[in-house]
Amino acid sequence: MFTAFLIKYAEIGVKGKNRYLFEDALVQQIKYALKRCEGEFKVHKTQGRIYVDALTAFDFDETVDNLKTVFGISGICPVVYVEDEGFEKLCERVVQYIDDVYPDKNKTFKIMARRARKNYPLDSMEINREMGGAVLDAYPEMKVDVHKPDIELNIEVREKIYIYSEMIPGPGGMPIGTAGKAMLLLSGGIDSPVAGYMIAKRGVKIDAVYFHAPPYTSERAKQKVADLAKLVSRYTGPIYLHVINFTDIQLYIYEKCPHEELTIIMRRIMMRIAEQIAKETECLGLITGESIGQVASQTMHSLAATNEVCTMPVYRPLIGFDKQEIVEAAEKINTYETSILPYEDCCTIFVAKHPVTKPNLNMIKKHEKNLEEKLDELIKTALETDELMIVQCDR
Amino acid sequence: MEVYLDNSATTRSFEDVAQLVTKIMCRDYGNPSSLHNKGMEAEQYVRQAKEIIAKNLKVNEKEIFFTSGGTEADNIALIGSAMANYRAGRHLITTKIEHPAVLQTMRYLEEQGFRVTYLPVDKNGLIHLEDLQNAITKDTILVSIMHTNNEIGALQPIAEAGNLIKKMNPNTIFHVDAVQGFGKFRIYPKRMNIDLLSVSGHKIHGPKGVGFLYINEKIKIKPIVYGGGQQQGMRSGTENVPGIAGIGMAVEKIYGSLEEDIDRLYEIKEHFIKGVEKIDAVKINGLRGRESAPHIVSVSIRGVRSEVVLHALEEKGIYVSAGSACAARKPQTSETLKAIGVEKDLLHSTIRFSFSIFTTIEEIDYTLQTMYDMIPMLRRYARY
Repeated sequence: MFTAFLIKYAEIGVKGKNRYLFEDALVQQIKYALKRCEGEFKVHKTQGRIYVDALTAFDFDETVDNLKTVFGISGICPVVYVEDEGFEKLCERVVQYIDDVYPDKNKTFKIMARRARKNYPLDSMEINREMGGAVLDAYPEMKVDVHKPDIELNIEVREKIYIYSEMIPGPGGMPIGTAGKAMLLLSGGIDSPVAGYMIAKRGVKIDAVYFHAPPYTSERAKQKVADLAKLVSRYTGPIYLHVINFTDIQLYIYEKCPHEELTIIMRRIMMRIAEQIAKETECLGLITGESIGQVASQTMHSLAATNEVCTMPVYRPLIGFDKQEIVEAAEKINTYETSILPYEDCCTIFVAKHPVTKPNLNMIKKHEKNLEEKLDELIKTALETDELMIVQCDR
Repeated sequence: MEVYLDNSATTRSFEDVAQLVTKIMCRDYGNPSSLHNKGMEAEQYVRQAKEIIAKNLKVNEKEIFFTSGGTEADNIALIGSAMANYRAGRHLITTKIEHPAVLQTMRYLEEQGFRVTYLPVDKNGLIHLEDLQNAITKDTILVSIMHTNNEIGALQPIAEAGNLIKKMNPNTIFHVDAVQGFGKFRIYPKRMNIDLLSVSGHKIHGPKGVGFLYINEKIKIKPIVYGGGQQQGMRSGTENVPGIAGIGMAVEKIYGSLEEDIDRLYEIKEHFIKGVEKIDAVKINGLRGRESAPHIVSVSIRGVRSEVVLHALEEKGIYVSAGSACAARKPQTSETLKAIGVEKDLLHSTIRFSFSIFTTIEEIDYTLQTMYDMIPMLRRYARY
């Protein structure tokens, strides 16, 4: 029945002279998402609005699902296009539309006509009135309510006439590619995919880095991270996933530093490596899934100690989230089930029984001196053996 | 060097089995139920496989039913006999160390109102016949005991159990899960009072997705899959002809030279155990020598996590299995290892090595050398 979608966007609308940049990016991203759908579509900007026209048969649910992954879209309105065959015929089509979309007629409504084509015989007010009458004649149980109607029936008179009344919420945010690129530290847990999603939602393109520690972490753990990146890439577009072999560095820390500080020192080195890759790949910041107090390495003190090695901004979108809120967000973007697969990641394998929760930066730095001999060399090797995977979603 | 020592999980197919499967899929692909020649030809393959299997078990061909594998065979055996005989009683007996294909099916039957006794095992993984004797009542409709345990290679006293069961209650059905034992031992159901016997194809160098269930023609059993009535209505669905022909050929080959192959497997196993015992603080779980399976060795290595050993061996091309799958967040402990009383510290430090007729002494020596080099290193980085 529906032949097109009207795409509503919120924030882009308030942009000034560079608004077209955002709109063009949105059109681009919509086209990219639609490639995954059955059927052919035309995406066009008309008078400050974006329309997706279906040129062939298409799968409604699949198309809506994919449009819902495009940041920048605040709402998706399924539209029926009808040819202009006179007002009487139009009323018939509208009556039919109501019957198709609202089996239950016990509702209030209001007609909202807009006449873009000024040579149409009736003006907007007349359309509202006449068509309201026609609907009431057809369905006496329906009532008009011009203030808070259940159904806002939009009639737009253009070359063709557009009928729509429903809006499916989109993800909001800004189109990917309008805000630069950042490097996500992806662990395989619940938090980091959500963090990546949240930053990407602001239009940021995402690359990712994963620290692999064979034989302590398995190939399946790596596959799991690639699977998570793939789920996130449904929203972000292709992700360049850097896999860094971290085993030797980890064992070196284990041998040379106090075990309670192992996790903090490890994370400091991870940040250093991530920042290094980020710089080489023109990222403007790092993203982590940290949230204050969640674990020993995420207390305020620990975060300060970790943060201290970075010169780049570190974005932590989950910083004030409770675990349950993160879980809910992960369920919404469909990464939760993959995240809880029981493969070990390199943060958990050598965790001390009682890791420090209030690390003293001076002590940490002092102990890191024990690593001076080989650390730079090990980091260099780790960077040189960076395994790059390009992950993208095909469905 | 690639050394595959996970043959209890699955085995490499015989080349000629693979060729036969391909030939049937591409050339002789008829449906045995079709009336034309192409169907007839396919039927011949099924018939031939049945003959080979029946001959090696010394049973009637009519008593062999092909399934999708060991799990389905176990399911038909347990659910099928429970459903057909619930009027005679609602009591079932099994052991604590069965494969999940039996244990989980028993749990399902408990939900359906059956009562299940789980026999304990000793430190070698063996049931005691007195326990079995005490458990059998006039209500007992089925006893299910595995022939060879998949984790530690314990061999249950099947013939003695069969004898005892029939003496205690002649109406009790005796099921044996022989997925690990078939192809390693000569098993004769009629002589051992076995009424139902489950076997899987891919554990004996045959294809995956095929297995069979021997059903003594005298017992009552209900199908669990309904449809076109193939295989005397016991297992509807077009026969998996390539798989069936494949398992038939695998059985023929395995039993063609069983004794010498098994002698050699025991030698390999003993050689491996002697080598492993040179490592500090290791323990072999269960019995050894002829009192155990020829192809399975369970080793607990103190101070290292089994998954780490597994992945470290993997880096050297050696494939083994962890006794208990584990991870920091969700430890999964092996029921078998717990049942034989492996101490807590060693539960997640246990590795299973399992051999096949393709395993060589050179591969074993390479594996041992790798372990000598690796384990002291892994032990240095102890975990908490």
